[in-house]
Amino acid sequence: MKITDDSPPLLSALDRPNSYIGRSVPRPNLARLTQGRAQFVSDVTLPRMAHVAFVRSPHAHARIETIATAAARKAPGVIAVVTGAELAKVITPWVGVLTHLKGIKSAPQHAIAIERARWQGEAVCAVVARSRAEAEDACELVEVSYGPLPAVTDAETALDPGTPVIHPELGDNLTFERVHVAADPDKGFANADTVVETTFIFGRHTGVTNEPRAIVADWNAGDERLTVYHGTQAPHMMQNLFAKHLGLAEHQVRVVTKDVGGSFGIKVHTYADEMATVALSKLLKRPIKFVADRIESFVTDIHARDHRVRAKIGVKNDGTITAWEIDDLTGIGPYSVYPRTSGIEANQIVNLTGGPYTCPNYRARARVVFQNKNVMCQYRAVGHPIATAVTEGLVELAAARIGMDPLEIRRRNLIPDDAHPSSGPSGIKFEALSHHEALAHLDAMMNYAGLRAEQKSLRARGIHRGLGFASFIEVTNPSAAFYGVGGAKISAQDGVTIKLDAQGAIICQTGVTEQGQGAEAVIAQVAATSFGVPIERVRVITGDTDHTPYGGGTWASRAAGIGGEAAWQAGKALRTNVLACAASILQAKPEQLDIRAGVVVDRDSGTERLALDELARIAYFRPDTLPPGFQAELMATRHYVPRAWPFAFTNGIQASYLEVDIDSGFVTLLKHWCIEDCGTVINPQLVDEQIRGGVVQGIGGALFEHCIYDGRGQLLNGNMADYLVPMAAEMPDIEVGHVVTPTADSELGAKGAGEAGTAGAPGAVMNAINDALRPLGARPLTEMPFTPQRILQALGRI
Amino acid sequence: MTERLHDITVSVNGEEIRERVDARKTLVDFLREELGLTGSHVGCEHGVCGACTVRVDGAVVRGCLMLAVQCDGARIETIEGVADTGEIADLQRAFVERNALQCGYCTPGMLLTAQELLRNRDVPSREQIRVHLSGNYCRCTGYQAIIDAIEAVAQARAGQKR
Repeated sequence: MKITDDSPPLLSALDRPNSYIGRSVPRPNLARLTQGRAQFVSDVTLPRMAHVAFVRSPHAHARIETIATAAARKAPGVIAVVTGAELAKVITPWVGVLTHLKGIKSAPQHAIAIERARWQGEAVCAVVARSRAEAEDACELVEVSYGPLPAVTDAETALDPGTPVIHPELGDNLTFERVHVAADPDKGFANADTVVETTFIFGRHTGVTNEPRAIVADWNAGDERLTVYHGTQAPHMMQNLFAKHLGLAEHQVRVVTKDVGGSFGIKVHTYADEMATVALSKLLKRPIKFVADRIESFVTDIHARDHRVRAKIGVKNDGTITAWEIDDLTGIGPYSVYPRTSGIEANQIVNLTGGPYTCPNYRARARVVFQNKNVMCQYRAVGHPIATAVTEGLVELAAARIGMDPLEIRRRNLIPDDAHPSSGPSGIKFEALSHHEALAHLDAMMNYAGLRAEQKSLRARGIHRGLGFASFIEVTNPSAAFYGVGGAKISAQDGVTIKLDAQGAIICQTGVTEQGQGAEAVIAQVAATSFGVPIERVRVITGDTDHTPYGGGTWASRAAGIGGEAAWQAGKALRTNVLACAASILQAKPEQLDIRAGVVVDRDSGTERLALDELARIAYFRPDTLPPGFQAELMATRHYVPRAWPFAFTNGIQASYLEVDIDSGFVTLLKHWCIEDCGTVINPQLVDEQIRGGVVQGIGGALFEHCIYDGRGQLLNGNMADYLVPMAAEMPDIEVGHVVTPTADSELGAKGAGEAGTAGAPGAVMNAINDALRPLGARPLTEMPFTPQRILQALGRI
Repeated sequence: MTERLHDITVSVNGEEIRERVDARKTLVDFLREELGLTGSHVGCEHGVCGACTVRVDGAVVRGCLMLAVQCDGARIETIEGVADTGEIADLQRAFVERNALQCGYCTPGMLLTAQELLRNRDVPSREQIRVHLSGNYCRCTGYQAIIDAIEAVAQARAGQKR
């Protein structure tokens, strides 16, 4: 189903009176954030709370020979000094593998390293003190004797016979390998008029959440319960993991997540120092707080995107793409991260490359190797920026080679909008996509022809501007196919409980979480619409495993599509229950009634019959006046998980317009556009802001962000002065447009939108830079970030 | 150790505070840990991200680059105080309406920095707003919504309609 502006209004289940679906309702929880009255985990203090700081390995790879703690134990304020061996008595190690990633292997990882440190920054000893400052003072008194070992830092040589094996028991440094061949790539390349081959390199970068990772663990030995205040995206997943590795039942663990200062996939993994913090609380029987400082964040928050992709495309002179080939190599640090593994990004690159296009001939290999650097794992848009930049980079290089307009080559190869359901070259399934409509929308919105004319006239004056594009697909609304089938206890389903309170307001509790993206607003909008109350009468509770339905949280663009549908169904269920009660009070038939704007009305005439506060008064305080045998049920829970499709793929296209100063190598971003199709748009403002924030995060990887390691495995720029992030002055305005192709898997029809911006932006920027420099004879730039130095090198100027 | 501790008297959001502080304690740690004013945040701890922005004697400063002991006799204002006085009520409203914050961690610093700009200019251009905010890091929004919100308030304050 397509909804376009000029089509007659289609009446659907979503067309409830006073619907909030499709309205830019302000988020209900913002005022406190503008007043300094939020509650981030870093703000939490508890009685008897102590602070932990960690002694971290300065070596990328070393034997831990001795740890002398006597001086630290005597330092002012110190409560305990705990080594890895001591902590291992409290918490068990973990191994980050999943059964559906065939052959993936990793080694046991401990909360604090024992015997060997395997990356610079890995914790080797914990110091607990009254204050963080005292804990840090005492860390300096811990004397660790290291026996340095050769560091494996280059992914290219990690599998060479002469390279030391980081985990000897695993036999080699190969974490995971996937080979995929579809249709007939050899024939495809043989049929091509032109084959373009190049190597794309993506710099390692990281999330740089404004609030670093933070956790307060409170083991109450009296209750035998652990309460963890945790800045996380997945409270129930963490509940399971804390319980499992501390030897507790899950009901003994409560994870509370209030405000979280940025997540982006950084805060959805198991971190050794956080596991150490919960273990220290259990060991010391008091609350322990850990907040990573910025340097710790750089050396321990997961990194991502360190990929080298050799890639090849075959194309005919009429623009027909005939074959794809990629060979991806990525180094993920010394451990596959638990529990999602570090094989997923490479796996996604194999899944997504070539995905928007009809050409089925595809050969792919991805290899994931261990190395002595910080760990890598899933970060916003996992794999998408790489697969998209590789695919779209190849498409535009091919277009340039055969002299075809970059939008025209896409028109000739993108999967037709009427060809769905369809599948990509890797076999991924598409329910319904709208590549061509999105492209046409973009063409018009950006005034492509006009910009090309401007580019040409400016070029004559020595001003070098470029236009670049990236069609993309995005994995959203994941089913159990993502993690559950691989054995990880990460819930794909999610739930919403809605209850009518005693004054006729509704309270929603949900397993999806608020990371700032607006999940609470979306749940409120959907619940208000499906039940029938003004949104001011809806309160949403998230982030508490004691008080929300079991759910997955926020990742893979799932909160609105999955949590939203659960809210829709729960709202309907509560409406049915409330109307049964109203019918009983009014001696009417439930099907003749409805709830609109917070009032029970006659369905046909809209006449007011009963206010909800009056209904609640009777049901809660005077049930004796209801007919015998009638019991009001003013609370309902519904769950939802996608079943018809493993993922709800979305699609879209981005464009970047920029100017390159060929003397300095600096890139000025002039404008960015994104058309995307996330199905039903519940809140246009929130969707647009997800796109904009995502685009800027993608631009960061394309132009600035890079964790630079030397050959010894030392991170050289682990602070915010040396590691560059996008700031306001360098960012362009971003125009966002939509095509709406709802998923039929849910009544709501919403797909996710959290990662589309990040997926497409790096490829679009890369293509725009190359478009700007191509007439100057520059070598195509394919190594991110595109620093001034690399641009000048490509121009042959340095 | 006694020479490390110093008695200071400061005005914080209009209240007189007398405290003994460790010489090495930063202003933002003092506000957060000693006074419980957790609206000022700690981001980069070396003056790059602007999450710790507060006002000292009317000027916007980085709470992580100033020591509490340096503030003896100073008038300090944090987001909690500035919010309570109503001075930035229009900016706060505009941020909410425009969804100019997602996680909200940078927001107190953004608001105080924006107010500094709007107090000193009539109606800044979008470019001037972007440059003025170039020391305040936001990872969520991509900045455009923040620029929009500040621009709208600048125009409204100047009596213009957007």
